[in-house]
Amino acid sequence: MLVHALLGGVIYGCYFTLIGLGLNLVFGVMRIVNLAHGDVLMLGAFAAFFLFHLVGLSPFIAAPVVMVGFFLLGLPFYYLVVPRLALAKDAEMLSLILFFGIQQIIEALAAIVFGSSERSIPGRVLGVGPFHFLGQTLSRAWVIGAAIAAGAVIALYLYLYHTRSGLLTRAVMASRDEALASGIDIHRISARAFAIGLALAGLAGVFAPFMLGSVTPAMGVSVNLAAFAVIIVGSLGNPLGTVAGGLIYGVGLLLMQTYFSAWADLLPNLLLIGVLLARPTGLLGRRVRLA
Amino acid sequence: MRDFLSVGLPVVAIFALLPLVYANQLLLFNFVLFLILAQGLNAIYGFTGYLPFGYVGFFGAGAYGFALAVMHLAAPPALALLLAGLAALVLAMILTPLLRLSGAYFAIANLAAAQAVYQVIANPALQDITKGPYGVSLASVFAPRASYGAALLILAGVLALVAWLRHGRFGLALQAGRDDPVSAAMAGIPVVSSRIIAWLISALIAGLAGGVFAWHISVFYPETAFDLSTSIFAIVFTLFGGAATLSGPIAGVILLYGLYNLIGISVPQYFQLIYGALIVGLVLFLPRGLASLLQRRGVDVP
Repeated sequence: MLVHALLGGVIYGCYFTLIGLGLNLVFGVMRIVNLAHGDVLMLGAFAAFFLFHLVGLSPFIAAPVVMVGFFLLGLPFYYLVVPRLALAKDAEMLSLILFFGIQQIIEALAAIVFGSSERSIPGRVLGVGPFHFLGQTLSRAWVIGAAIAAGAVIALYLYLYHTRSGLLTRAVMASRDEALASGIDIHRISARAFAIGLALAGLAGVFAPFMLGSVTPAMGVSVNLAAFAVIIVGSLGNPLGTVAGGLIYGVGLLLMQTYFSAWADLLPNLLLIGVLLARPTGLLGRRVRLA
Repeated sequence: MRDFLSVGLPVVAIFALLPLVYANQLLLFNFVLFLILAQGLNAIYGFTGYLPFGYVGFFGAGAYGFALAVMHLAAPPALALLLAGLAALVLAMILTPLLRLSGAYFAIANLAAAQAVYQVIANPALQDITKGPYGVSLASVFAPRASYGAALLILAGVLALVAWLRHGRFGLALQAGRDDPVSAAMAGIPVVSSRIIAWLISALIAGLAGGVFAWHISVFYPETAFDLSTSIFAIVFTLFGGAATLSGPIAGVILLYGLYNLIGISVPQYFQLIYGALIVGLVLFLPRGLASLLQRRGVDVP
């Protein structure tokens, strides 16, 4: 049972890394708290649902479609909202409130358009039969979700460390002012990072019906809390630090569900508060973090 | 004091007289409740800049403090109301370390704390103490008129408090600490301890509101007592009117909660859509609320 909980935790943790990844990238580059992240994920899940049920696209094909679509929507959206926000005195606080408003709009529109019933995609579209590993039987959907998440982390790493655009992104993360002074087009880089963040949320959303169960317009809030727990436990503003947070969260959650199932829901909140209180300066301080 | 006499007292008087001409007392009670909560939130957000997203945690703690006092101690309502305030105060003391965090982290950690309190109280494992997810029933102390009166008394106290914060020494110290903590500390203002006092006051207000809510409603579930939209409403009403003023949050509650009752009850999604758009518009175009429209023209908004 312990081995299964640990193994399942690592797999689940990979998926939670994917959930936190985009949020953390956006925060790292723009110092913006995207409270609507969970709702973007929800939209990705609905896109996958409709692409499957109306057009018959499998999630593997829906994933790149959703990612490109969300990326292209993210660019104009950035220019519409963020530069104006950055002018304000307390941009970080205002961004929290602003994106909360956006979250409410998305959730309300989704409820009006899609209705509030629970939707799901049959698990067999990912292939049939569980995986066997270390003598444990693992759900196929979970293993595939984890593999996709691992792929996304590696792709983001390659982007940040092996492309010119990634180098500029890291420069903006390290110091916005100095990046501006050295002639980097901050808004172009930030818009790109913002759009990548949305695309990653969309990707996580495509596999949400298999990993999180059924999909409803109201699912965003709980996804958000989990995503925040993951990135705060990991390392705020450092996208790759998300991996640590995701794994701790996944293993913790599965251990709780195995041994103290009645109290498992408490875990993300306690983890979040505990880490914030134990290391407020280490995790939250305005120290420059190099990605 | 002048602000309280010109703005606060008339509001209390109007809500004291309205039940004579308007029959829906529950609706009036909800207005009073949100007036209290918006001003309580104003006390911490308006005057220190800390935005408690989990403000409803104190409200819920108050509601359950009241319920537990009635169920297990057979306390009379007045005593239970004090214990409700005490419950929120104790919770706020436990959560005081959160004030070390700043900005968005404080807001998120506070939200997580409120969720954690909810999950503990609603946990079926604690059914013997809190009745878990099945809710509490306090029919033995049900008294709609007395509880409405109590809510009005709390509202009067809270309005007087905020009026005092605006012009009193303590409130000015808070505002200085909000605008520039370093300079304020250099000028000899105990920034941290005054902030903690504001935090406790604000929690106490929400606890009393929760207690009087439990008394008036008398049957409720943990998800009503810890409903996140209570926090959200209080925040939006305060922001819309203008934080750190006395009349701003009042205007916010009357206008927006009025709007909510006109269109919101039948199709909550449409109201959610409207207030989402309202928040976005506010942050982008009017970040300091309705009051700033007048303040820009040099009017001193009470």
